[in-house]
Order: sequence, then C-alpha cells, then structure tokens
Amino acid sequence: MLTYLIQRLLQGLIVIFMVSLLTFIVMQLAPGDPVRLMVGQAYVTPETLEAIREKWGLNDPWYVQYWTWISNLARGDLGTSIIRQGVPISDMVKDAAGMTIRLNILSFIVSTSIALPVGVLAAVKRYSWFDYGSMLGSTLGVAVPNYWIGLMAIVVFSVQLSWLPPYGADSWRGYILPVIVLSIAEMAALARLTRGATIEVMNQDYVVTSRAKGLAPRVLILQHIVRNALLPIITIMGYRIAFILSGTIVVETVFAWPGLGRLFYNSITSHDFQVVQAVVILLTVIVVVINILTDLTYAFIDPRVRVR
Amino acid sequence: MIQPTTVTLKEAADPRKQVSERQRIWRRFKRYRPGLFGLGVIVLLVLLAVFSPWIAPHPPEEIHTPLRGAGPSSDYWLGNDDIGRDILSRLIYGSRIALIVGLGATAIAVTIGITVGATAGYFGGKVDFVLSRFVDTLMAFPLLALLLTLSSVFGPSLRNVVVVIGLTVWAAYARLVRAEVLSLREHDFILAARASGAGDRRIIFRHIVPNAMGPVIVIASLAIGGVIILESALSFLGLGVARPTASWGTMLSDGREFIRNYPHIAIAPGIAITITVLSFNLVGDGLRDALDPRQKE
Repeated sequence: MLTYLIQRLLQGLIVIFMVSLLTFIVMQLAPGDPVRLMVGQAYVTPETLEAIREKWGLNDPWYVQYWTWISNLARGDLGTSIIRQGVPISDMVKDAAGMTIRLNILSFIVSTSIALPVGVLAAVKRYSWFDYGSMLGSTLGVAVPNYWIGLMAIVVFSVQLSWLPPYGADSWRGYILPVIVLSIAEMAALARLTRGATIEVMNQDYVVTSRAKGLAPRVLILQHIVRNALLPIITIMGYRIAFILSGTIVVETVFAWPGLGRLFYNSITSHDFQVVQAVVILLTVIVVVINILTDLTYAFIDPRVRVR
Repeated sequence: MIQPTTVTLKEAADPRKQVSERQRIWRRFKRYRPGLFGLGVIVLLVLLAVFSPWIAPHPPEEIHTPLRGAGPSSDYWLGNDDIGRDILSRLIYGSRIALIVGLGATAIAVTIGITVGATAGYFGGKVDFVLSRFVDTLMAFPLLALLLTLSSVFGPSLRNVVVVIGLTVWAAYARLVRAEVLSLREHDFILAARASGAGDRRIIFRHIVPNAMGPVIVIASLAIGGVIILESALSFLGLGVARPTASWGTMLSDGREFIRNYPHIAIAPGIAITITVLSFNLVGDGLRDALDPRQKE
C-alpha cells in the first residue's frame, strides 16, 4: 500500500513538472514583449527598456528563467504580475481558488445526489418509462453546451422573471444559477455511467443467486448491487475532474464568478502570462491531487486492491 | 452482454449469400434506432455544409443595418443579429466550421494517438515510460485551459483551432491503442509475421493497428461531439474561429453581448450545437454496440 502511494505521488510530481515545463515553453513562444506591455504608452528610452529587462531577468536564457520560476514556485512564491503590479499573484490566486472550489463542491453535491439515485432506479426499472425518460434527459444533458444553458438561464430567470442575479457571488442567490448550470453535464454523464455499472452488476451470478434465494429487493439493491457498482463509478468520476475544471472556466466567465476560471480567462485576454502560468499549475495540482485521492478511495473501498 | 450472431443458418449454408464484415456491422448498427436518427441528421448537416451557398437564403456576412436585432420575419426566418445579418444563413454556413473542426481535429488526434500508443505498447521499456508520462500529463491538463493558452499564443483562426484541438485530445486514443497492442503482440500471428521477415514498422501498422481499430473508431465517433463543443466554447470566448466568419460559437458570443435586448440571437446556435453533438453521440453509441459488443456502457 505504501509503495503504491509513493509510486502514485512520484507519477503526480512528474506530471506537474511536465505541465510546468510545457506551459513555460509555450509562454516563451507568445508574441509581444512583456516589457512593452508593462510600460504601456509611456515614452521610454531604449536604455530604460534594457534596464527593466535586466532587472526582471528577461535577458537570461529560458532555462535560467524557468529555474528561477520553478524554484520560487516550490517555495510557494508565484511572483508578481507585470500587468497588474503590486498584487502578489499568490494573493490573487488564493481568493479565486477558494471561490472555484466552493462552486465545484456545491455542484458535485448537487449532481451526485441526483444522478446516483436516478441511474440506479433507471437500471432497476430497465425499459420502463422512467428509464427511457431519464436516459433521454441525460443524453441531451451531455450534448448541450453548458455556457449556452447559462445564457438561457440568465434570459429566463434574470432578465424576464428577475428572480435571480445574472452574475456575481454577493449573496446565496448568486450561487443558484452557476451551481445548477455547472452540474448539468456531470449529472447527465454520471446518471448514464451509474445505470451502465448497475446493469453490469445485476447480471453477475451472485446477484442472480441472492435473488433466487429470496433476498428482499431493497437489501439486494442497496447492499449488493449499488456497493459493487460504485467501484467503476468512483474511478471514472475521479478521472473526469480535468473535464469538470474545463467546464468551470466557461461557466465562471458567463456568470462573472470571481474564481480561477475567470481569473484565467481575464489574464489570457490581457496577455498577463505570469498569472496564466500560475493558474495552469494550480489547476494541474488540483487534478493530480484528486486523481491520487480517487485511487486511494478505490483502494479503501475495494479490499482486493488493499491486499495487493 | 453478448450480441447474438447475425448470420442465420440459411445464409451460412448458402455460399452465394455470404455477408461481408461490413454488412454485418451495418446490420447490427441498423437495429439501434437513435443511431439511425443521428446518422440521418449528420448526412443532412454534410449536405448543408457542402451546398451552403445554394441553400442559405442570404450571404452570411451581408449586413442589413435597419434590421438590427429584428425578430423572425417571412424574409428572415430566424430573425437578424445585432448588426442585421441573417441568422438562418449564418447558422447554415456555421455547419461547415463545426464539421471541419469536428472531423479534422479528430483525424489529427487519432493519427497521433495511434502512432504514440502503438509505439509505446510495442517497444515497452523506456520508450513506453516516457510516452506514458506524456499521456498522463495531457490527461491531467484541464483541456480548455490548454486550448485557450495555445490559441491565444498562436492566434485565433480556423486552421489553428483544428491543429490545436487535434494536438491536445489524442491522449485517450494513445492509452487505448497501447493497451490493445500489449495484448495483441503476444499472439501467434505476430510471431508468424516476424518469422516471415516483417520489420517492426510493418508489424505495427499492417498487423497490430488494423486489429485495434474497432475500439478506436468507437471512441473517435463518441469524441467528435466533444470536439465540436470545445470549438464552440473557444469561439464563444473569442479565441476560436476569427470573426466575421460564421461559427456557432461566435454567433453565441454575439448573442451574449445583446442578451438583454435581443435574446433571440443566442437561441438558434445553441440548439444547432446540441442537435449536432447529440447526433454524433448517438451514432457513436450505435457503433459501439455494432463493433464492440463487450464495451457496452
């Protein structure tokens, strides 16, 4: 178990290192001179520009710059933004990360608490109207772009009915639309997945035997079927975290949610590449940590993995 | 779930009526009604895309200033957008972008994925370790963050969108092909090929890859819809296809700015994306049942 954990941690570190290197190289390819962006329209002599470059270490070869950046990163120092000077990137990112995590945890709770029961029920009542209805709904839910649902929700609930604010996170009412919109795709994918996994387990011999010996359907479903169906569901859900964070970027932009996604998008459009790098690394760390936690949960639930 | 074999005794007994593998797949596919519906919609979309200039009632970039934000009328069935262009015509031309990006980027991704996966699985050892870490890295990257970064660095254009998406979504194919190759390379027919003097390249591309194609086609058909959503999201955020080209994503982005005054601009493109993605997903489901009965969801 311990060797497994260490192995997973090392793999995770390699991934984070590779992502940092890749983003750094891509940033080097970005057109535009950061120093020019920094001084803006102000008139400066070429000598001053050169001095600024020297001061920020922009004349060093890229691997020296990378080394400075990565060693600062390892100490938790993300540097300062050239575009928005004065605010340390760590502070910017810290507040935004809190908002993004809050949004995602809420939408995780909403989507799992609806999708799991729906998926199991659809499997148990296979070929019923409930099954067809819920699967039609989830097939649509996977296909619809979440930002479009967001726009339509704003039109209906904010513009027409003026029940809910169209953006911002100032009160609990601002949470409702972003959380629901972010949940839809996951809910749909999870319901389909749960139905499939449950049907798979229902065809197993031990389920057939339990049913034959007269075990109450309730006990059979909850204790034998669902518990075993959860294994593949947890694995796939863990690996979907990267997709979920992708969804956050668009949804946060649509609802002007002050999280990592919007910070990322605003930094991209204002060519604030230091912030972009910082957010990318942070998102990757979140993905890697959650993937490792998923593997551990899996080992915890499935005794067969624990023994190995 | 094991699919019943579709060759009846009569067919097997009658050598003149032998069915090819392709016919057998088509027969199994046909049984899944939603898949047929999806296929129908895709055929329609391809026709719309190819014959856009003849089908669209107006040129997609023609501006009718007095009709800014006008609702549906007999001349402009879906109304006009914020600067007075015909929404229906832009929608029809937008199918070109969706199909080019969906199919083009997936083709690039499948090519890279097969090459990387087959190389990693066949050679194993250090090659496998390095390539697999690369695949892990791509899998852990929040895709849209990577796409937005690349597209802002290389500049938004149709060609860049296709290339950038293609270069970033191949990891799933590589992982799949690697696993297939690991199990295939132990088979006797590989040994036979080697004994008759085939080199590594020939063994990989002539003997192993064709045998791993079934699941690859299934995953690819299920992934096209996702690629179309990615393109629309990129364009929606202003980093996809450059304006004024009509793409469903840029149309939604225009619609967003005028959502208070002209909400109708944002309705049609969203429905178009949903139907297109839905159709590709349904065809994918049908293909999965037809090609790879074991992989039932």
